[in-house]
Amino acid sequence: MAKTLAVEIVTPDRLVLGQEADSVTMSGVAGEFTVLPLHIPFLSALAIGTVVIRRAGAAKSVFVSGGFADVTADRVLILAEAAELPEEIDAERARKARERAEARLAVQHREDVDFTRAKAALQRALLRLKLHGSSGKGLGGVSAGLAR
Amino acid sequence: MPALKDVKNKITAVKKTKQITKAMNMVASAKLRGAQARIERFRPYADKFYEMLGELAKGADPSVHPLLEAREEVKTVLLVVITSDRGLCGAFNHNIASAALKLAKTKAAEGKTVKVLCVGRKGRDVFRRTEFEIVAAYVNEMSSFDFSLASRIGSEVIGGYVGGAYDEVTMAFGKFVSLARQEATLLPVLPLSPAEAGEVAAEPAGPKAEYLYEPSVEGLLAELLPRFINVQIYRGLLDTSASEHAARMRSMDNATRNCDDLVSSLTLVYNKARQAAITKELMDIVGGSEALKG
Repeated sequence: MAKTLAVEIVTPDRLVLGQEADSVTMSGVAGEFTVLPLHIPFLSALAIGTVVIRRAGAAKSVFVSGGFADVTADRVLILAEAAELPEEIDAERARKARERAEARLAVQHREDVDFTRAKAALQRALLRLKLHGSSGKGLGGVSAGLAR
Repeated sequence: MPALKDVKNKITAVKKTKQITKAMNMVASAKLRGAQARIERFRPYADKFYEMLGELAKGADPSVHPLLEAREEVKTVLLVVITSDRGLCGAFNHNIASAALKLAKTKAAEGKTVKVLCVGRKGRDVFRRTEFEIVAAYVNEMSSFDFSLASRIGSEVIGGYVGGAYDEVTMAFGKFVSLARQEATLLPVLPLSPAEAGEVAAEPAGPKAEYLYEPSVEGLLAELLPRFINVQIYRGLLDTSASEHAARMRSMDNATRNCDDLVSSLTLVYNKARQAAITKELMDIVGGSEALKG
């Protein structure tokens, strides 16, 4: 019987993280959820958000810019286009991205495609900054909704 | 007999060229190693992606998503041509461009409009001289690209396809088979066929448990399919970049060898000329002293 989950976060460029975990919290498109060992096979699309991996009392957060999670009884596989550990986040770049996105949001109309895009960019930037700021402290769940 | 000094200059020049080709060979081999490592790193993502898509696409109905639907009447064809930015890599770019050009001409002969999206300067230079319209060109990106380039190209392709600007999309790229073999390959990208996607996924052994899907099979497909295009394009980019370096390595290796041949044949000419000059000088001296004796 599986007592832990083997968690892997994979992006096109590298394996970001691979470790054992007691539980994994992710923000799916339909809301945040937590997976424990022996979960029923489950496939979900992920929103821009944080994945929190807990192991023996310690928590680790990883930024994920959307993707998919493939869950089976003893394994969680996350496919993301971009994923970063808090200490890898480029705060300067995120700050600039936030400024750009805010500037664009100020002039765009709500219906535009660019508006949605800028909003997503802003969300990514804010979340990256937040995670970067709290890096090392070991934080609990951060939901994507906060960044709106 | 050529002048001694000219031959000597020529030998020096060839030796200098050899140094350059040798250095380029080494640079290419280092870059090739990097490109191959990137392909290796991409593989787990791609494999899992195909597996997931294959799982989902099994039961999917083609009408469920616009990217899966084949158009009844194909009017406009988009060719995504991926080549390198730099030359000096043998026939590599030429092979890709001519394969793409051949397809473009066939499609044009069938009365379809052909448009081209170029990645890499060499491909763009070829198509700029043809009658086909270039909708976009990504130049000087091949030396350092990441997944975001693939997503930019992907969203342009998907946007055009869904908007009805294109009815069919094919990608031409240099497939990396081995160090010695790179193949110019044409890969149909859109419309997607779920059977194909399922085929790519190596069927995992043993029966799989029923999955729970969130939000829904259709919703997930709508998220996965556009990304699948990006994955395909990224793969094309990675392969082309590895192939480019392998092709350059080989052609620079040949060039270095040719330089060696040239140097040895030029040295022969030089020695002959030197010998001839010495003989001539001796003849002059002997002739002069004979005349004095006279």
